Amino acid sequence: MTERRDASAGQPPPEQAPPPSLGEIGLRLVAPVLVVLQLFGEHVQLLWQSFAWLFRRPFRPRLFFEQMEFVGVGSIPIIVLVGFFTGVVSALQAYLALTRFQQERWVGAAVGISLARELGPVFTALMITARAGSAMATELGSMRVTEQIDALNTFAVNPVQYLVTPRVVASILMMPVMTMLFNVVGLVGAYIIAIIVYNIDFGQAAELYRFYTDPSDYLQGLIKSVVFGMAMAVTACYQGINVRGGAKEVGLATTRAVVASSVAVLVIDYPLVQIFAAIWPAGD
Amino acid sequence: MAEDLTRPDPRWHIRVRGLHKTFGPQHVLRGLDLDLERSKINVVIGGSGQGKSVLMKHLMALLEPDQGHIYVDGRDIVGLNDVEIRDVRRQFGMLFQNVALFDSMNVIENVVFPLVERYRMSESEMMERARELLVRLDLAGVAGIEQKFPAELSGGQKKRVGLARALINRPQILLYDEPTTGLDPIATKNVDDMIRRTADDFGVTSVVISHDMASTFRIGDRIAMLYEGRIITAGTPAEIQARPHPVLREFVETSGAVTFTRAEARP
Repeated sequence: MTERRDASAGQPPPEQAPPPSLGEIGLRLVAPVLVVLQLFGEHVQLLWQSFAWLFRRPFRPRLFFEQMEFVGVGSIPIIVLVGFFTGVVSALQAYLALTRFQQERWVGAAVGISLARELGPVFTALMITARAGSAMATELGSMRVTEQIDALNTFAVNPVQYLVTPRVVASILMMPVMTMLFNVVGLVGAYIIAIIVYNIDFGQAAELYRFYTDPSDYLQGLIKSVVFGMAMAVTACYQGINVRGGAKEVGLATTRAVVASSVAVLVIDYPLVQIFAAIWPAGD
Repeated sequence: MAEDLTRPDPRWHIRVRGLHKTFGPQHVLRGLDLDLERSKINVVIGGSGQGKSVLMKHLMALLEPDQGHIYVDGRDIVGLNDVEIRDVRRQFGMLFQNVALFDSMNVIENVVFPLVERYRMSESEMMERARELLVRLDLAGVAGIEQKFPAELSGGQKKRVGLARALINRPQILLYDEPTTGLDPIATKNVDDMIRRTADDFGVTSVVISHDMASTFRIGDRIAMLYEGRIITAGTPAEIQARPHPVLREFVETSGAVTFTRAEARP
């Protein structure tokens, strides 16, 4: 297109471009959709490759443990902090709402269910995206621009196997663990607010929590966190290894990685909840 | 002259014939022919964006050409499978422009990395080889060098550690991607000496990609010029100076490298 425009600019009788055919119009309309589909496809491909390389020699357990330490152990302080205050605030809000009907004893059940199903997995995924996802994109991005990824290739080491697989696997394994930690700490926060600060009867609150919060609630949260961990790691690694350029592009890739992973977590959340609703209908 | 390129030649280590490579609309290599001499320093010069790095990546089978052949000791490395390519790459060592040491590893881990990944070798054997190289590359005198991380090294030290890593698996061919770019004249001279010494001491075939004219004429046993995806002139420095190609002449004169112009001025 540009060529044609440039050529016609110099000639006095401008040659009229033929009107676009129906097919062309159609193509232009679907182009953005195709871009999104291609991007999605490339993510799926990277995920597939990272699993395929998991089963090929050489196995490098050290790399997996390093990433598990980084994604998991390294995230403990932030998860504890955020989990505690999430529990505190949900208990407080639940108390303030329920106390209007003198139904404060339901605080435990309300906080327990919302932590297990929604707050735990989603907040954990967002915090780990911010911490580990951004680091993955930055690290792989700077390795790319300083030719370290090319260097791996010259040593006959596959970069996906060496860099992406450990990160994806570590995220899948550690995300549920961190989610459970979040749940536990959140309940401690809720206990402090409800039982110690607002003097709700512990026996009633605990019994209602025990009765209404099912293992299936926790299972739903854990399944979600596995999917979130996978989505976060693949998105971050994809952005990292596809950086072209220099330091500026690494920064942009990091931003894109965090935004895309966070959006992915929140968007994927909906269909999962819908599926879980079919498997575990409400009120059973 | 119908030469049998599939037979190892005593003089030519690598022979490239009719190499074509396009990236989307860009036709980067356009029928490139090049011979690289065994155990000598072969310098490929050319401006930015003429395809020097692309050529380098083809030599190591990191890229697959659209057309053409690359014979390494008579073996065509185009179109090999994964296992065979791995085999080919073992013959090569590469020093990247930015050295590309792994930031997350210290010096000794960087140096032994190719061995850890590719060979079954005992730890003590690997360490012995690495230490020997550090000595030969004048790095052993730096206090605590083995445990230092790349960020703690000077530019020259990084180059030498990178070279040690490239040499550890005893390659027959060593590729240097713009080794003197961004260095001051003294550091450039040091790197030139390092390349010269490495070629002499280890007997490797060196391929240097460069646009630094002064150092090209200082170290090159053979010089080839890459222009618009082809080799337009090749020969020893003396041959090049005796009958300079117009493009090369312009390139050299603009760069202000004394070697060439002085030789020209002499009638």
